[in-house]
Amino acid sequence: MELDAKIPGGPIETLWDKYKFNLKLVNPANKRKYNIIMVGSGLAGGSAAATLGELGYNVQCFCFQDSPRRAHSIAAQGGINAAKNYHGDGDSIYRLFYDTVKGGDFRAREANVYRLAQISVNIIDQCVAQGVPFAREYGGMLDNRSFGGAQVSRTFYARGQTGQQLLLGAYQALERQIGAGQVTMYPRHEMLDLVVIDGNARGIVTRDLITGKIESYVADAVVLGTGGYGNAYYLSTNAKGCNATAIWRAYKKGAFFANPCFTQIHPTCIPVTGEYQSKLTLMSESLRNDGRIWVPMTKGDKRPPNQIPEAERDYYLERRYPSFGNLVPRDVASRNAKAVCDEGRGVGESGLGVYLDFSEAIQRLGKHVIVERYGNLFDMYERITGENPYEVPMRIYPAIHYTMGGLWVDYNLMSTIPGLYVTGEANFSDHGANRLGASALMQGLADGYFVLPYTIGDYLASSKQPKVDTSHAAFRDAETQVAYRTDRLLHIKGTRSVDSFHRDLGKLLWEYCGMGRTAEGLRHALEKIPVLREQFWRDVKVLGAGEELNQSLEKAGRVGDFLELAELICLDALERNESCGGHFREEYQTPDGEALRNDAEYSYVAAWQYQGEGQPPALHKEPLHFDYVHPSQRSYK
Amino acid sequence: MKLTLHIWRQKNTNETGRMVRYEVPDVNPEMSFLEMLDVLNEHLIDKGEEPVAFDHDCREGICGMCGFMINGVAHGPERSTTVCQLHMRHFKDGDELYLEPWRARAFPIVKDLVVNRSAFDRIIAAGGFISAPTGSAPDGNAILVPKEAADISMDAAACIGCGACVAMCPNAAAALFTGAKITHLGVLPQGQPERYRRAVAMVAQASAEMFGYCTNVGECEAVCPKDIKLEAIARMNRDFFKAKVISRVAGS
Repeated sequence: MELDAKIPGGPIETLWDKYKFNLKLVNPANKRKYNIIMVGSGLAGGSAAATLGELGYNVQCFCFQDSPRRAHSIAAQGGINAAKNYHGDGDSIYRLFYDTVKGGDFRAREANVYRLAQISVNIIDQCVAQGVPFAREYGGMLDNRSFGGAQVSRTFYARGQTGQQLLLGAYQALERQIGAGQVTMYPRHEMLDLVVIDGNARGIVTRDLITGKIESYVADAVVLGTGGYGNAYYLSTNAKGCNATAIWRAYKKGAFFANPCFTQIHPTCIPVTGEYQSKLTLMSESLRNDGRIWVPMTKGDKRPPNQIPEAERDYYLERRYPSFGNLVPRDVASRNAKAVCDEGRGVGESGLGVYLDFSEAIQRLGKHVIVERYGNLFDMYERITGENPYEVPMRIYPAIHYTMGGLWVDYNLMSTIPGLYVTGEANFSDHGANRLGASALMQGLADGYFVLPYTIGDYLASSKQPKVDTSHAAFRDAETQVAYRTDRLLHIKGTRSVDSFHRDLGKLLWEYCGMGRTAEGLRHALEKIPVLREQFWRDVKVLGAGEELNQSLEKAGRVGDFLELAELICLDALERNESCGGHFREEYQTPDGEALRNDAEYSYVAAWQYQGEGQPPALHKEPLHFDYVHPSQRSYK
Repeated sequence: MKLTLHIWRQKNTNETGRMVRYEVPDVNPEMSFLEMLDVLNEHLIDKGEEPVAFDHDCREGICGMCGFMINGVAHGPERSTTVCQLHMRHFKDGDELYLEPWRARAFPIVKDLVVNRSAFDRIIAAGGFISAPTGSAPDGNAILVPKEAADISMDAAACIGCGACVAMCPNAAAALFTGAKITHLGVLPQGQPERYRRAVAMVAQASAEMFGYCTNVGECEAVCPKDIKLEAIARMNRDFFKAKVISRVAGS
C-alpha cells in the first residue's frame, strides 16, 4: 500500500494557507447534523472538542479520569514555544521550523513542522484571550525564557505550571461548550475498541469505569487525542493512568503505527530510590537555563558535593558542547548523563545520578530570582527527596518522558482508517526522532485548535456516510470482543498481580530499548516479551468483578496492550539500523559518541500495519524529503 | 517501619461502608503515601482480598485526582502537599492512621476512598471561563496585563480542583474553589466583560450542587495543597455583591 501523506506542493511558506482555502466547508446549519467523537481531553483533545463545539458540531468527549481537567498535559512544567520574536533576538517562523526539524534529527516532515511553527503564534494569542496567566514583565508584556535546543528566547510560561494553565484554558473552553449543550462529556469512560464500518471509523466501544457497563457510541468521525505510550516502560514521567489502549485498538483495526521506537528520555528527572517506586518525577528542563550539570572528575568520589572543589568537578556538557552548554537537546543531555554514570562517576546512593547545581546562579542573580523562576519546582524536589536544592545540588537522572512515535497520520491528521483522526502525542507527526522542550504543548494545541477543526470539515463534507446506529453488527461484534476480553482477565485467577508483570516489562524495555540499543539486546527483548505476555495471560491475578469500579481490571487491560506494543517498539528499533534523536543504536555512532544517522537508507517514516494475531506486522515506508533544511550531522558544540 | 491503617471500605455508593484495620509491616521512609498504599494493595492481592480503591493519576501533585483524609486532615499532616507527594518520612514507626474519603454531600462516595467530584465541573461550566472562541483572539501583547495582576491571577489559577477545601470545611462549602476561579479570571483585563455574570452564575451553581455556605472558618486555606488564600473568597463575595447591587446580570 502506497502511503499518501497528502502534502500539497508549492513554496512551504504558503502551503497551509492555500491548502486551507481548498478544503471543503460544512455549512453552519449543517454542522449540527454531524456527530464527532473525541477520545481524550488533554491539550490536543480538550482544545479540539471545545473548538468543534464552538463551530456547531455535536461532540461527545471521553476521558478515563473523573474530570477532563485531569489529563496529563496538566503536568507539563516548562513552557510553550512560539515564534513571536517579541524580544527581537532573531526569532522567526522559519527559525522555529529550522530548529524543530534539526532538533528532530531530520526524521519529521518539513511541511508539518512549518505549519506548526506558523500556528505557534496564534496559540499564544488564543491562550492569552482565554485568560491563561502567562508570566509578564513589569510593563505588562509577555515574558519569555530560553529552552533546550534553541538559541533564542521563545518559550512562554506560567511559572513552572504552563501545562496546567494551558489545559485549564482548554478545559474551561470545553466546559463552556458542555454548559451550552454542544459537547457531551463522558468522564470515567475508557475506550476499549474502535468500530469500523465499510472501511470508515464510525464509533467506539467504551467501558463505564464506575458501573462496568460496555457501551457503544456512533459518530461520523472519531478523533483520538489519547496521549503517548511511555508507560510501556512502567517507570516514566507519565501519569499512572496514561495508556496506549485506544491507539493500540485502532492499530489492530487497521491504523498504521509510525516510528514506535522514537521514545524520548528526559534528562532531568528525580532518580529512582527503590523497587516500590511507582513513577518518576520530572524536573523541568527550564532548570538547565540556570543550573549547571556536573559529576566528580574521578570515579567513586563519594564526598558530599560541597566538599568537592571546583577543579575536581567535570561540567561535562559545558566541556563537550561549549556553544549550547547545559542547553543541548534532551537526547544529547540524557546520553551524556548515562555515559558519565557508566564510567562510574555517577552520584547518589545508586550511582545513577548527576548533579544539577544552582549555587552559581544563586550567587549571580540572588536567591529571590531563583525563587521567582523555579520556586515551585524546588519545593517539589524537596518534598520528594527531603533535600533542600537551594543548599545542596539536585540529583537528576534520565527517564522515559515522551513518545514521538504514534499512529501514522497524513497532513490532515487522518490515520490510514478514513474518518479516524489522531492529534497530539498520540500521533507521530511533528517531532521526528526527538522532540524539543516546550514543543509538545505547542503541537497539542496546534492540532486541536487550529488544524483538526479545518481538516475534519473537509472529510465530513466530502465523504457521504450512510446513517448507522449502534444496533449495527459491527458494534455488536466489538462489544462482544470487549466483554470477552474483560471476562477472560477476570477468570485467569492466577498468582501474580498486574503491577508485577508491568514492572518486569518495564525493566526489559528500559534495559534493551532505552537510552542505548543494540541489535543483540533487541533480539533478546523480542524473545523475552512474548514469554512474559504468555505468562501474563496464564497467571495474572485480577480480583473483583467486571460490573463495578475495578482498578486492577483497568490496569490489566492496559498492561495487556503494553505487552503487545512493547514488541512493536523493539521490532522497529531493530529494523532501524542507524542512530537518530532518541533512538540510539550503539553500533552506529561517530568516533566521539554522537548519533550517526544513515540518510541514504533510513530517511523515512516507518509505518507498521497489523497483520493479525501471531503474524509479523508489515512495514511501509514513507520517504522523507528535505527541500529547505539540509540534513546534516547535528552539532551543538 | 510498621504502620497500622484503618481504611474506609465501601463497595459502592449505595452500600454502607465501615472502617477496616490493616497492618503494613514494610514501609520505607522514602516512599510516598500512595506507594505505601500500593504496597498494601499488593499484599491484599496476594491474600486474595480486594485492593483498596483510591483515585490518583499524575503523582506529582498537579492533576488533583488524589486526596483523602488522614487522621481527620485532608491530604494529611504536611502543609501544601497532596497525598501523592506526602512521603513516609513524615510518619513514625508504629503510627496508627485513619484514612477516610472526602466527606461532603456534594461529593458522593463511589467506592472506598474514591468520590464523585463532578459538581466542580458543573460550577466551571456555569461560568468559570472567558468566552473566547478559537480564532477570535487579538495579538498576545495587545492586551497588557500588569505583572501584579498576572501574579494574583496565577496564584489563584494554581487550584488543582482536588476538593480538599470542601472536605475540610465544616459546612462543606466550595467557596475556596469557586473563589479561586473567580479571582483567576476576574483580576485579568480579559476577564472583565463577564466578571459579574460569572460570579453570580458560579455561586448559584455551587449552591444548587448542595455545597454549604462559607462562614469564614479558614480550614480550607489551611489544607489547600496549592496555598490558595482566603482572599479568593473575599474577591468572590465582593464580585457577587457588586453584581447584585448593579443588577445588570440577567436573572439576578
